[in-house]
Amino acid sequence: MIRVVLPANLKVLAHVSGELRLDVAGVVTQRSVLDALEAGFPMLRGTIRDQATQRRRPFVRFFACERDLSHELPDAPLPEAVAAGTEPLLVVGAMAGG
Amino acid sequence: MSGVRVLVGTRKGAFVLTSDEKRERWDVGGPFFAGWEIYHIKGSPVDPNRLYASQSSGWFGQVMQRSDDGGTTWAPVGNTFAYDGVAGTHQWYDGTPHPWEFARVWHLEPSLTDPDTVYAGVEDAALFRSTDGGANWHELSGLRRHGTGPAWQPGAGGMCLHTIVLDPHDPQRIFVAISAAGAFRTDDGGTTWRPINHGLKSAQIPDPQAEVGHCVHRLAMHPSRPSVLFMQKHWDVMRTDDAGENWREVSGNLPTDFGFAIDVHAHEPETIYVVPIKSDSEHFPLDGQLRVYRSRSGGDEWEALTKGLPQRDCYVNVLRDAMAVDSFGSCGVYFGTTGGQVYVSSDAGDNWRPIVHDLPAVLSVEVQTLP
Repeated sequence: MIRVVLPANLKVLAHVSGELRLDVAGVVTQRSVLDALEAGFPMLRGTIRDQATQRRRPFVRFFACERDLSHELPDAPLPEAVAAGTEPLLVVGAMAGG
Repeated sequence: MSGVRVLVGTRKGAFVLTSDEKRERWDVGGPFFAGWEIYHIKGSPVDPNRLYASQSSGWFGQVMQRSDDGGTTWAPVGNTFAYDGVAGTHQWYDGTPHPWEFARVWHLEPSLTDPDTVYAGVEDAALFRSTDGGANWHELSGLRRHGTGPAWQPGAGGMCLHTIVLDPHDPQRIFVAISAAGAFRTDDGGTTWRPINHGLKSAQIPDPQAEVGHCVHRLAMHPSRPSVLFMQKHWDVMRTDDAGENWREVSGNLPTDFGFAIDVHAHEPETIYVVPIKSDSEHFPLDGQLRVYRSRSGGDEWEALTKGLPQRDCYVNVLRDAMAVDSFGSCGVYFGTTGGQVYVSSDAGDNWRPIVHDLPAVLSVEVQTLP
């Protein structure tokens, strides 16, 4: 079970609170986690990654295990602790003022 | 008793203001979608409880929302805006080719006959249509592909299709306006398009009378006369009496003919409203005095409307989609400001009062007159 924490705006949009727990088949990567997330919460499509290019939106970041994973390749395995469910994947809205 | 619902989009959420025909006491609903930019909300003329909203964010992109109960509850609908085929390029600010990239939905125009059909004007400029209540969106790509698209260039706010006017007498005819390309018309339901900018003069472009390149800010039409359109251009207030074939300037005695919003009285097709704004860069009222100007002659002759509006130290702006009218016997006129005020006049502009003072910056105001 993969743990995911959304930023506040997306929690409201998805009508959730606290951490999400997702079943992810196969290798746990940014792509497979986001696929599972969007399958369970279709209203999040396009809010974290572009629907056409699948690229991470510029002001969204992925943190886990005190590391910034934002620039990792989408198919790179996430840290073992995330795959094991002992650490959450944090989806973060970048601090950008305003 | 009949009522009125004012749909307000702001930089940080949406608000729904409701009152009765007296328009004196108001209930304020919201914020909906708090923290998100709401560029536009508009209701279906066929089913007033069917509302569409454009919700966007620099962080999280574009979300589309629909309400089927007049704004009490909302649900996300489709937000895939894919350009038809190879998107191609338009001009960037520096004149170099730039790929078409979707940024956000600026304007929503529900069909006059079908509550499930709605048009969306987007940045980078294109027109999309949904026929299933917002679930799926398809580009009417004849607009972008008619020939002048590669020459379009963004205005300061981006290259946005911000105005959609549906002809109530001819379902095949649609007018749109794009900053900074100009006005365009289709006569076959959106398949083919052509520029309708003859008569516009813009000193800020190399050929002031070019076919495209004009920064049209807003178009307005009275439903009884769909061939008469009024335009607030970057500079100049314009009018056409032949559906855009020819435009003539009607700025007349306006203290400045720069502005964004323009609208037409609900029952008097020759009575129009603008809010003159100081420019090129200030974008606030002249002399710190917020004044709506009304022409009862379809332009050229204008009178300042000031009663109830701040006449000193006022430095707000009124954006292109932030003015609307109701259709009560005594026509109500409404506008919102970047300072967060929404003003109403229940006597066609003679007297004004604020409905709310302190909303986030207002991006759009639409009005529904309810039975």
